[in-house]
Amino acid sequence: MDALATYVSMGGYAGFVWSAYGIAAAVLGGLALQSWRRYRASQGALRNVEPRVPERR
Amino acid sequence: MLSHLANPARFMRISGVALPWLGGVSLVVLVLGLFWSLILAPPDYQQGESVRIMFIHVPSAWMALSVYLFVAVASAVALIWRHPLAEIAAQSAAPIGAAFTFVCLATGSLWGRPMWGTWWVWDARLTSVLVLFFLYLGYIALVNAFDDASRGGRAGSLLALVGIVNLPIIKFSVDWWNTLHQPASVLRLGGPTIDVTMLAPLLVMALGFTLLFGWLLLVRMRTALTERRLRALRIYGEAAAGNASEASSGAARPAWR
Amino acid sequence: MRAFLGLIRQDLRLGIRQGGDIGLVLGFFVLAVILFPFGIGPEPELLRRVAAGIVWVAALLAAVLSLDRLFATDYADGGLDLIALSAMPLELAVLAKAAAHWLTTGLPLVIVSPLLAILVDLDPAALPSLVVGLLLGTPTMSLVGAIAAALSLGARRPGVLTTLVVLPLYLPPLIFGTGAVEASLAAEGARAHLLLLAALSVAAVPLAPLAAAAALRQALD
Repeated sequence: MDALATYVSMGGYAGFVWSAYGIAAAVLGGLALQSWRRYRASQGALRNVEPRVPERR
Repeated sequence: MLSHLANPARFMRISGVALPWLGGVSLVVLVLGLFWSLILAPPDYQQGESVRIMFIHVPSAWMALSVYLFVAVASAVALIWRHPLAEIAAQSAAPIGAAFTFVCLATGSLWGRPMWGTWWVWDARLTSVLVLFFLYLGYIALVNAFDDASRGGRAGSLLALVGIVNLPIIKFSVDWWNTLHQPASVLRLGGPTIDVTMLAPLLVMALGFTLLFGWLLLVRMRTALTERRLRALRIYGEAAAGNASEASSGAARPAWR
Repeated sequence: MRAFLGLIRQDLRLGIRQGGDIGLVLGFFVLAVILFPFGIGPEPELLRRVAAGIVWVAALLAAVLSLDRLFATDYADGGLDLIALSAMPLELAVLAKAAAHWLTTGLPLVIVSPLLAILVDLDPAALPSLVVGLLLGTPTMSLVGAIAAALSLGARRPGVLTTLVVLPLYLPPLIFGTGAVEASLAAEGARAHLLLLAALSVAAVPLAPLAAAAALRQALD
């Protein structure tokens, strides 16, 4: 438990190191989430629209 | 290979197959890189544990620049050869590049604070990345500034080319400016030399970021193509409905853009 | 050639007749410079250190202010279509417009700069490098600014867009221009910086009209 606490404190730099990794995770993860959500929405919308389009012969 | 992928339908098929694999591999590599950066790598004798920030900061700087090069090359292909997917590739990549640029700036600030006591340091690399951030913002703003999406796309492509021509000039002048105003201590955020034990996690994170970029790019491109298809289908559907109602009631056809 | 000069003359006449444009640019230039001592304090030592930067940044912002008018009126009233359809290559027309822009923006800035240098307590020995630097750098600002102005034609918020697009492109002249002033006070002299400024302008003359004309064609399509 003590070793874990020592590790997390990052030799005193805890605020900086974890903020850095946190920001990277938040920004890149947020972008991934937003991209994926929008992707799923577009795929869903396409599945809804496609059958209704009148066949072009 | 590029011309083979030019057909949007074929691109959708191939990218659809590749997407889950790319996502999986990038996740594995990123987890590996994080493990190496946060646990395996030893603390620096000078900077202590804060050196771990470098494993995010440096690869994101590489990505920031590489993605801009990608945007510029894709824009050139779009303008010169009119490759149908090139413009979509550039516009999909730009926000990813801007995200990496932002991460680079934020982590650079967090890295510099414990070392040099200030939240921002006007060293050559950070300043160049800041300018790069504005190049991204300008591109994204220009693409989205027009009601006519295709005009925005073409203007953006041109701006990306102007930007890539200017980038070496800007980099040169920023380096010049930085050496002019060199303070007493040499500010080099890279540290004196990079040890091999430091290089490995750096490269793994760089690979992970690159794979993540690839996955994000495909997701965003597939979204853009699908949305474009949706717009076309909606217009086609409206026009067909307009024809039908016009034939039956003689009413005015609904206006469409 | 005659058409080229004619276009410059026409733009000049419009610019001077309206008068407001030159006045706006100069007025902003002077005001921006005057504001700085109020903001950072009147000590001559401090002002002297930042004098070159103040003058150059103010000149830059004043130039950005005037960029939208470069093509906007012609675009709105159809004059740009006429220019594009005429026998003169569009690149040449861009060069003419940029030249007229410089004559009504850059040149007045250069002429007024010694007066402003006094206000910010610039070392008199550095004055020649300031004036020559502005003389060599303002053409680049007009030419590169034309690219940004052309790209923004027809956009929803052209002012903000042009500013955002053009600022990274204005950094090199700014850095070399202010560097010239500082170098002239040091041992090595301003020659290298001034040569770099000249090189930027010389490179911009063929390249910027190329890009701006391409952007204009996109706008007119």
